[in-house]
Amino acid sequence: METVIQNIQGVPLNHYILFCSLIFSIGVIGVLIRRNVIIIMMSVELMLNSVNLLLAAFSAYKGDASGQVFVFFIMALAAAEVAVGLAIIVMVYRNTRSVDINALNRLRG
Amino acid sequence: MIELVWLIPLLPLIGFLINGLGRNVLPKPLVGIIGSGVVLVSFFLSCGVFSAVYAARQAGEQGSFVQPLFEWIRAGNLEVSLSFLIDPLSAVMLLIVTGIGFLIHIYSIGYMNHDSGFAKFFSYLNLFIFFMLLLVLGSNYAVMFIGWEGVGLCSYLLIGFWFKNTAYAAAAKKAFVMNRIGDLGFLLAVFLIFTTFGTLEFAGVFSKAAGMPMGDATLLLTTLLLFIAATGKSAQIPLFTWLPDAMAGPTPVSALIHAATMVTAGIYMIARSNILFALSPFTMQVIAVIGVCTALLAAAIAVTQNDIKKVLAYSTVSQLGYMFLGLGVGAFTGAFFHVITHAFFKALLFLGAGSVIHAVSNEQDMRAMGGLKRRLPVTYVTMLIGTIAIAGIPPLSGFFSKDEILAHAFEANKLLWILGFVGALFTAFYMFRMLFLTFFGSFRGTQEQAAHLHESPATMTVPLIVLAVLAAIGGLLNVPEALGGGHALASFLAPVFAESVAKTGEFHLEHSTEYLLMGISALAAIIMVIVAYRQYVTKEMVPAAEGTPRGFLSRLSYHKFYVDEIYDVLVVRPLNALSVFFYRVVDRSGIDGIVNALGKSAGESGRGIRLLQSGNVGSYIFMMVIAVVMLLIYGIFNG
Repeated sequence: METVIQNIQGVPLNHYILFCSLIFSIGVIGVLIRRNVIIIMMSVELMLNSVNLLLAAFSAYKGDASGQVFVFFIMALAAAEVAVGLAIIVMVYRNTRSVDINALNRLRG
Repeated sequence: MIELVWLIPLLPLIGFLINGLGRNVLPKPLVGIIGSGVVLVSFFLSCGVFSAVYAARQAGEQGSFVQPLFEWIRAGNLEVSLSFLIDPLSAVMLLIVTGIGFLIHIYSIGYMNHDSGFAKFFSYLNLFIFFMLLLVLGSNYAVMFIGWEGVGLCSYLLIGFWFKNTAYAAAAKKAFVMNRIGDLGFLLAVFLIFTTFGTLEFAGVFSKAAGMPMGDATLLLTTLLLFIAATGKSAQIPLFTWLPDAMAGPTPVSALIHAATMVTAGIYMIARSNILFALSPFTMQVIAVIGVCTALLAAAIAVTQNDIKKVLAYSTVSQLGYMFLGLGVGAFTGAFFHVITHAFFKALLFLGAGSVIHAVSNEQDMRAMGGLKRRLPVTYVTMLIGTIAIAGIPPLSGFFSKDEILAHAFEANKLLWILGFVGALFTAFYMFRMLFLTFFGSFRGTQEQAAHLHESPATMTVPLIVLAVLAAIGGLLNVPEALGGGHALASFLAPVFAESVAKTGEFHLEHSTEYLLMGISALAAIIMVIVAYRQYVTKEMVPAAEGTPRGFLSRLSYHKFYVDEIYDVLVVRPLNALSVFFYRVVDRSGIDGIVNALGKSAGESGRGIRLLQSGNVGSYIFMMVIAVVMLLIYGIFNG
């Protein structure tokens, strides 16, 4: 186990942080810019996964297992969220024949 | 019998409730019996109370009893209980209110027989008697004020009895508003009395006041405020114009309220508070001057009036002026004596006028009357007695009471006597003018009216006869010593006024001077009667019709010295303008503007916020991202 940890600690922590922030920002920009609902769901997944990676890296560096436990929680949550989200998308598609978010303006006040 | 005094006001109240609630179901005869019956029983109880007081006075006691009923208000230092004071003054007033009230109830059975609001009329009359009795019996200023306000209310209800006529309703409103102006004076005086003496009970106030110095400033202010209240209630300058307009009500109302009882409430109140006034000589002078001026002004107006009820109304204002003159010169017993005799002959005159109006099919203009003495003999004889009484011709009652006031006035200030004497000249003239125009000569009305001329039924003539007898012999109540009389009323009322008489000084006039004054006034009255006779019977002069040009003085008198018009310009129009200002600017633009603006702002803000809901999912996501970023920044810098 120590060799794995030592190998992981071969890469400086700052790299992990920078990398995950970049992925997260890409995910945020994807959510804001893309018009296709499914791509937006993918961007949300991207954000969640970047956070997962960072948590796992911190957990390895600090030797604290609670970070990896939290990763499990996030994964389960992401799965549930995707299930619900895709169900909604399927219903929306069946009603409006489109997955473009600009077409979903019936909630307009 | 004194313990039963609480029944005296209670019975008319019960009559009011029964007749009022059952006004659509009870048969007319029953309504009349209940309405008059309760007042009759109250009259018998009042007789019992009076005899108890008389017996006490004969035995040399004060004759003053207080009957507390229950404690009403207790707040801090203020303790007011509903309790009644029975003393010589209130005992006499009880007899007048219930006695004359009963006669007028009987008269109303005949007079209002054809009216659809018969039961309502009797219930209002009973309510009035109830409040008047409260006023007279109250042993503190609070109970008196309940009665004071209540009679004002009943006056409004009864003047505007035929409310479908807007002019009558306006007259009722005018009476009520002018009364209320006086009531403000009463309230302020009550507040002053409470802060000065700590109590509202008459016994407490008067015993503490007796020790105060003459001309005390607080007492001066209190008495002036009380006098303002009296001018409102008893129709003196400047609050007298409601009384002639109040003739819009049915004639029994004019007889009861505006002749015998309500208008005398002001004099009763001042007579009750006599010690306060005796200690304020300035107020007494004000009262005397205003009294004599009112007497003269009203008499001058009555000379040219053509409506029989208006003549009597101005005559009432004038006689009330005499009563205030009496109060102002310290003739408390004389003024009260005039209250009694005036109640007799003025109620008689009003009821007689009602009988005449009834006979000529509701015509009230004297120019369309005449020659009625053959067709209405009982009415004629009784009204003749009433007119002789009011003109002050001996030996009828008016002579004794008016002369006592004028004698006191002569002793106080010769000018007051002269003005009062001139007023008496006018009184004799216009009263006999009224009598001659109505009953002498030939009938000037239409053929149809002539065909319906009839004497009134017994329910109306019997009260006239009773009042005529009282008006004739009423003078015996208080024959002055100069004529060898016993001064019965004065000695009966002595304890009520004793302290005041001690402060203002005893009345001393040489018997020879008194004989001279009496002789002059009696002779002058008879001369004016002869003048009126020559003008209206011998020369058969009929007052000019509407629209004929008149001389300056005649015009002034006919248009009531333009007092109503002056009030209209000085008071009514500014108030109406103020009211319009408040309505248009303050209420509609201001308050409604604020409320509407609040409502509109809610709508506008809603419309603005609604724009956030564009339905554009992308913008929703954007806002979520922004919010998360801000939470993050907050967490980093504050966490």
